[in-house]
Amino acid sequence: MTVQELSLPATPVGLWGLAWRRLRADRVAMVALAVVGLFLLSVVLAATGLVAADWEDEVAVNYAPPSFVGPDPALAALALPPRPAPPNAFDPLAGDIAELRAQLARRGHAAHAAKRTTLPFGADKWGHDIVRKTIKGGQTSIVVGLVAAFVAVALGTLFGALSGFYGGLVDDLFNWFYNVFTAIPSILMILTVAAVLQTKGVLTIVLILGLTGWTGPYRLIRAEYIKHKAREYVMAADAIGASGWRKMFVHIFPNVSHVALVQMSILVVGFIKAEVILSFLGFGVPVGVVSWGSMLNEAQNELILGKWWQLTAAASAMAILVTAFSLFADALRDALDPKLK
Amino acid sequence: MFAYILRRLWQMLPTMAGVVVLVFVLFNWVGGDPSYLLAGKMADARAIANIRAQLGLDAPWYVQLGIFVKQIVTFDFGNAWATGEPVSHIIASRLGPSLTVLVPLTVLETTIGIALALAVAFVRGSLTDRVVMVACTVGMSISILVYIIVFQYGLAYKLGLFPVQGWGEHFTENLLRYATLPILIGLTVSLAPTLRLFRSFVLDEVGQDYVRTARAKGLPERRIVWVHVLRNAAIPIITYVMANLPALLIGAFLLERFFGIPGIGREVILAVERSDFPVIKAITVYVAAATMVFNLLADLMYQAVDPRVQLK
Repeated sequence: MTVQELSLPATPVGLWGLAWRRLRADRVAMVALAVVGLFLLSVVLAATGLVAADWEDEVAVNYAPPSFVGPDPALAALALPPRPAPPNAFDPLAGDIAELRAQLARRGHAAHAAKRTTLPFGADKWGHDIVRKTIKGGQTSIVVGLVAAFVAVALGTLFGALSGFYGGLVDDLFNWFYNVFTAIPSILMILTVAAVLQTKGVLTIVLILGLTGWTGPYRLIRAEYIKHKAREYVMAADAIGASGWRKMFVHIFPNVSHVALVQMSILVVGFIKAEVILSFLGFGVPVGVVSWGSMLNEAQNELILGKWWQLTAAASAMAILVTAFSLFADALRDALDPKLK
Repeated sequence: MFAYILRRLWQMLPTMAGVVVLVFVLFNWVGGDPSYLLAGKMADARAIANIRAQLGLDAPWYVQLGIFVKQIVTFDFGNAWATGEPVSHIIASRLGPSLTVLVPLTVLETTIGIALALAVAFVRGSLTDRVVMVACTVGMSISILVYIIVFQYGLAYKLGLFPVQGWGEHFTENLLRYATLPILIGLTVSLAPTLRLFRSFVLDEVGQDYVRTARAKGLPERRIVWVHVLRNAAIPIITYVMANLPALLIGAFLLERFFGIPGIGREVILAVERSDFPVIKAITVYVAAATMVFNLLADLMYQAVDPRVQLK
């Protein structure tokens, strides 16, 4: 037996291994992680088209109630296929329409399939299935939240690393930048950028949120770099001639990446909420794209008609995800930084 | 003290300059040419050139920046594009309704938040504490939109306890009739995050030596909490509340929009919808200035509450 085998445990456990162990012991965190995992799975399935790709099919009558409520007798007439119009000898388009109908039938479109009067969780104004719509809307909201949080943390990390590592003039410059961005309240900043960009689109929201949200990660990452740059391992890297970028991102970054990860999980929650509000106000996703925010926008008017299901579906899907994500983010922070508490 | 305030104001200048440049760059380079927007759908080249000349858009950038700085300093942003109302009048007249909602909301939120935080922090780790904290997490995860939609529908539309929306002429009528439900909703939404934050401030204090000393000399628990701990926990609380006031002015935009309150927040939304750039520019610059001034005020109050703090 060599000396090395004696002195070291079989598998050395690093920061991430220890954090995972702590997380595993936390039952709330594991349940939250499972819920978040389910939502992410639905996003992947919806994005690949395996699930909810056909959410725009008008499968039910307008505002079909959920199955557990039972069909609405007032809507029963809508479920019947429309009566064919009586033949009209003077209709100049009759020949063309007959031709089009024949084409549709050849391509396999059933003319006016009987519409359902109830769906598992009801239907919206156009008869779209609410369950599929919620999944598709979740895809938009969650992807926006994740990508925007990634952009914000990447920017914050880059700025924070440069600022903390180099100090001096660079630090002053970025601090000035930080002061400018924090002087404007974030929601006002978001609305201002939305007003300027004028274009609606998923990419626009991601940019708005990402470009305005970097200040929080910046402050924390900068503090970490100031702390780490004087450590011995960085001096050792310096001694073997590592470049500034190499020291910053190969040597130091792995040691501060947990801060970035925790920040990202906190930002995702905030950005999902922000996307919902932006889309609700009409500054977010374009017409034709569904998100939880645009669903809430429709649901607001439906509620007055007594059609509560779309509101309930979008609101509870979002509440469940955000609760699980926040609980997981809290547990992640505790697991990665056991000194805190 | 006076020297300190002067120096802090002096230090604000570069930040303020940054805000001005940022807003200028956003609206002049990132955004499109507003003259096409203003000229309407049937625009010809002459009309567009005319509008560009009126807005100063045909001048070099440093002249345009000069115009913008002059607008800020003289509080004269011209007229709003959509309505023709002077921007300074818009801001002055929308401030009142916003404050009618925000001042009672902030006072209630802070008092209730402090009382609950002290109560919860002193039974920390107990079942009550954990249930309250989980309730806060769940409460925070429901979108503010859902609170507003459900409360407005349930309490105002169905039960008729409050007016669905509207705003009157008189302050008391507004406060007691129209602002009540928005304040109630604002309180419901903001109490959970406030409570979580204030609880952490209080928890930082209850472990301190002076609390043990106070207990050791036999003070009743009530006195320890309400006198000793509260005075120390008040410092971060004041900083937080003061520094957040200007942001709140905008943050209430959803409440103002849903309840038809003619406040600053609703004005921002309207301006964004109508691409009314002068209004957005003016509000952004002044809110940023207010944020900086309130940060200074927070530091000044900080010293008033805590004599140990020396302002340098």
